Amino acid sequence: MKLDKDCRYAETHEWVRVEGNEAITGISDYAQEQLSDVVYVELPEIGDSFAKGEAYATVESVKAASEVYMPIGGEIIEINGELEARPQLVNEDPFGAAWFARFTIADPSELDDLMDADAYEKFIAEEEAKGGH
Amino acid sequence: MTYVPHSQAERQAMLAAIGVDCVEDLFAAVPQALRFPKVSLPEPLSEMEILQELQWMSEINADLNHYACFLGAGAYNHYVPSVVDHVISRSEFYTAYTPYQPEVSQGTLQTIFEYQSMICALTGMEVANASHYDGATSMAEAVLMAVAVRRGKRRKVILAPTIHPEYRETVRTYTQGMGLTVTGDDPGKLGEGTGFDLEALKALLDSDTACLIVQNPDFFGQMKSPAALQGLADAVHEAGAMFIVSADPISLGLFTPPGDYGADVVVGEGQPLGNAISFGGPYLGYFACKDRFKHKMAGRVVGETVDTQGRRGFVLTLVAREQHIRREKATSNICSNQALCALAAGVYLATLGKRGLRTVAELCYHKAHYAASQIAALDGYELVSKDPFFKEFVVHFPRPVSEVNRYLLEEWGIIGGYDLGQVFPHLAGCALLCTTEMNPKEEIDYLVEALAEVGHE
Repeated sequence: MKLDKDCRYAETHEWVRVEGNEAITGISDYAQEQLSDVVYVELPEIGDSFAKGEAYATVESVKAASEVYMPIGGEIIEINGELEARPQLVNEDPFGAAWFARFTIADPSELDDLMDADAYEKFIAEEEAKGGH
Repeated sequence: MTYVPHSQAERQAMLAAIGVDCVEDLFAAVPQALRFPKVSLPEPLSEMEILQELQWMSEINADLNHYACFLGAGAYNHYVPSVVDHVISRSEFYTAYTPYQPEVSQGTLQTIFEYQSMICALTGMEVANASHYDGATSMAEAVLMAVAVRRGKRRKVILAPTIHPEYRETVRTYTQGMGLTVTGDDPGKLGEGTGFDLEALKALLDSDTACLIVQNPDFFGQMKSPAALQGLADAVHEAGAMFIVSADPISLGLFTPPGDYGADVVVGEGQPLGNAISFGGPYLGYFACKDRFKHKMAGRVVGETVDTQGRRGFVLTLVAREQHIRREKATSNICSNQALCALAAGVYLATLGKRGLRTVAELCYHKAHYAASQIAALDGYELVSKDPFFKEFVVHFPRPVSEVNRYLLEEWGIIGGYDLGQVFPHLAGCALLCTTEMNPKEEIDYLVEALAEVGHE
């Protein structure tokens, strides 16, 4: 399982990478593995605002459809249109080419609630041990 | 063989497990007098006798083979070529259930694919599903889709007041509890008679609007011009909402498809396409939309593909949208389609072809205009329809519509028009009359003669 040390993680398996007042977000390598082959990603509209924890996108795989949640609140300023034509990028490069959206950060203090890569790795190990995810 | 799967011993074991002695004990909460009431039934009859009795009962109905019919209002008496029944009665189609397994269902899947393709061609849309229950529910599904497309953030649904009243009720039934505002269709929004102004609908558009729906031809048979509807579509899109059109599919054989004037979704009642009126059902709702909304479309979709050896085949596609995968996140949890009715519609369209469908539509149009002009010339009758109309029109009668209809039925063997006063108080005394290719000129003249007589009574 891959992890990106520069990202912070939500318990719902989204990552966020801060770039100044903005951030980009996507789903983790662990999340894409759980989903299996992704066949469609539905992204929000530019200009839509979401609170932390609010569903902003949906990922459809051959096995399930899952909501993707905002790791922290913000307003969408860019979406990754490439995912529409090539949803398999989510499986191939979840931390890179398969970013979902770029947004302005509403409240930087919300980042404090997220995990760093080490904490996230530990969190997954615990979840796996519990037999649920 | 026995059709009861459980043995007496198994039943006793189950009863013992839940702690009762016999099955009757399970009904102890029902008052004794109501528990196993004596039902007063006539003596049993032989098969021959019961058939005769049922035959006699069925002949009490005023059916379309023996009465001249000028009633439409959502269910239409069109000719069904005999090939339709021959094809749909084949046991492979007649008994088939959900075609999830492509390896054993190629025939059924192909007919659904062809039906979808013809619905797309007719409506000017890019994707069609395998159908819904009827026109009303396909409109309701379009509303759910419009709300889902904007992730439930837009809560307002604008309905034109000239949409079929039962469709408007169905939209409210489907969306109850969702906290949506369904607006625009107050009959007070109708102008003089049956006219209505698209500008009044435009004024309701705002940033909370998920969709705006019009019916064209509308419930009264009237049509707006493609240019006027394109103007409305532009305003709807400007507001970031979806433009949904409900259309009689027969009219699309002659008039501009809604896809050409800006519709995002086209829905409607598919019954006129090769399905009998049959006392109100089963019917089918057709549903088509632009490609970019396909992931939010409800229902089932069949796609064409190739197998590992490159041979053409058909499969259910985009199934991740469906309830069994998306579950509570699905746009709709009704995935049933009216496969046999859709097959009838497909066979009907394939039989008539473009030219045949156009001829049917032209016959409807010309007969309606002939009938309207003849009736309008009668003393006491006034044509209320002002806009261009397709196969239905509104007439103000000199006497209450229910009285006129009773007279037509009993004295002349004519099924009269829809009494609009039932739903639109300001149209009391007005009837919605319909003609199709099934009404020969002599029959229209016969209606005119009957109306002249009842008008003078």
